[in-house]
Amino acid sequence: MSENMISKERQEYLQLRQRSRRLVRAAQIALFIAFFLLWELAARWNWIDPFIMSSPSRVWETLQNLTVSGELWRHLGASCAETVAGFTLGTAVGTAVAVVLWWSPTLAKIVDPYLVVLNSLPKTALGPVFIVWIGAGPSSIIAMSLAISLIVTILEVHNGFLSTDPGKLRLLRTLGASKGQILRKLVLPANFTTLMNALKVNVGLSWVGVIMGEFLVSRMGLGYLIVYGSQVFKMDLVMATVLLLALAAAVMYRAILVLEKALKKYLGVSA
Amino acid sequence: MIVALERIRKTYQSAEGEVEALSDITLEMEEGTFLSVVGPSGCGKSTLLAIIAGLEKASGGRVLLQGEEVTGVSPLVGYMPQKDELFPWRSIRENVLLGLELRGEKNGERRAAVEELLQRYGLADFADAAPRQLSGGMRQRCALIRTLATDPALLLLDEPFSALDYQTRLSVSDDIHSIIRREKKTAILVTHDISESISMSDAVAVLSARPGRLKAVHELTEFRGLSPMERRDHPHFHAWFNTVWKELELGV
Repeated sequence: MSENMISKERQEYLQLRQRSRRLVRAAQIALFIAFFLLWELAARWNWIDPFIMSSPSRVWETLQNLTVSGELWRHLGASCAETVAGFTLGTAVGTAVAVVLWWSPTLAKIVDPYLVVLNSLPKTALGPVFIVWIGAGPSSIIAMSLAISLIVTILEVHNGFLSTDPGKLRLLRTLGASKGQILRKLVLPANFTTLMNALKVNVGLSWVGVIMGEFLVSRMGLGYLIVYGSQVFKMDLVMATVLLLALAAAVMYRAILVLEKALKKYLGVSA
Repeated sequence: MIVALERIRKTYQSAEGEVEALSDITLEMEEGTFLSVVGPSGCGKSTLLAIIAGLEKASGGRVLLQGEEVTGVSPLVGYMPQKDELFPWRSIRENVLLGLELRGEKNGERRAAVEELLQRYGLADFADAAPRQLSGGMRQRCALIRTLATDPALLLLDEPFSALDYQTRLSVSDDIHSIIRREKKTAILVTHDISESISMSDAVAVLSARPGRLKAVHELTEFRGLSPMERRDHPHFHAWFNTVWKELELGV
């Protein structure tokens, strides 16, 4: 019924949009298939050395073996857990510190140069330090990923807090709001997007920290599998793990987007 | 006497030096009257408002509100900012209740009065809507009701129409004027728009360019009881406009 009421122009517009969307999706899938197909064929026809470059079929076989032996879930689970702990801690602690700095502008001024230096320091340099201090285990790996995400989070979130609309701040002050009320009623909700962006960036940074940490600690996890695979020259294992890692990171990012949407709806935050 | 300004002075200090913003302002206002403060940009009129609101400290002189000296933000004062400043993540009702919420009186005795205000001024149907769903004029009305919600004795309006386009501005100023009259509030409006000042108020105080000094206070007794629109059509409106305009000219 309602379709009859759509004007011809509108109909054409909708069709065009639909077509362009389908085209993009088809091209994406084609690219995916072409990549793996080319890789497989190149390996079979010996354009590349499958022992060094591996191939999709060998990767597939490796993944199956890993799944059957149960090792896949153990390593994947360990890395994922460490990553989740890393970005959750990074975002939470970073936000807490940003709140303290927002609360005390003098303190913010005092620590500013230290934050700048820490921010530009390559955090991976701290890896061996963590291992000595905390021990070669998951705690060191989480510390690593926390080190990578924490300072950026503090700087970003603090900046967001500082750019809260001065007109709205003034309004709250005329209504007699306390500093705590200003934080809860204005600064935090106004910076919802900043916080979510920090969380999203931290998912990526946390993966970097976890893989780096696992390279160093080398007991379990996807980072361990990659290092182990390259040491014993099982490139199939290395490639399989890298693909798995890409998948895990993508799924985690998707999950954050879903979480963001749900939170938005729950808190009634828009724009 | 609801408001008395006694020799108010304000000097801003910064690393570069000091700037005198306001100089020796003395003024009195009766309960239930509407005063406009008009002056060129940067004459310190918003500063004056901030001092009355207790947001900023005067460098000298004092402000008396119902006989008591202002030392900080007072619950007697309601402040309406230039933009509506409605929080986009709150519904209209939650926005309007903000002041009571901050005082921990969200479900207190004023609550019913606020619901009535929403009802009386045609916002009850939009109470659960988000601010972005409302027109600029309606949003400004919400901002006024948010200010009235805490039942202040004195309203301070800081160029509340400057963000609106001309057409909306005329009808919104009519609207706001009638609400303030109906609620029998005392109000101070700060503006750089001469016609706005004459069309809205019982008296117009003219400030000079920086440092702001009080040049004159005009009682617009003949306009009493007229709406802003009616005043703009009044034969004497233009004469008043010229008087104020010339006073502002001289200060340049």
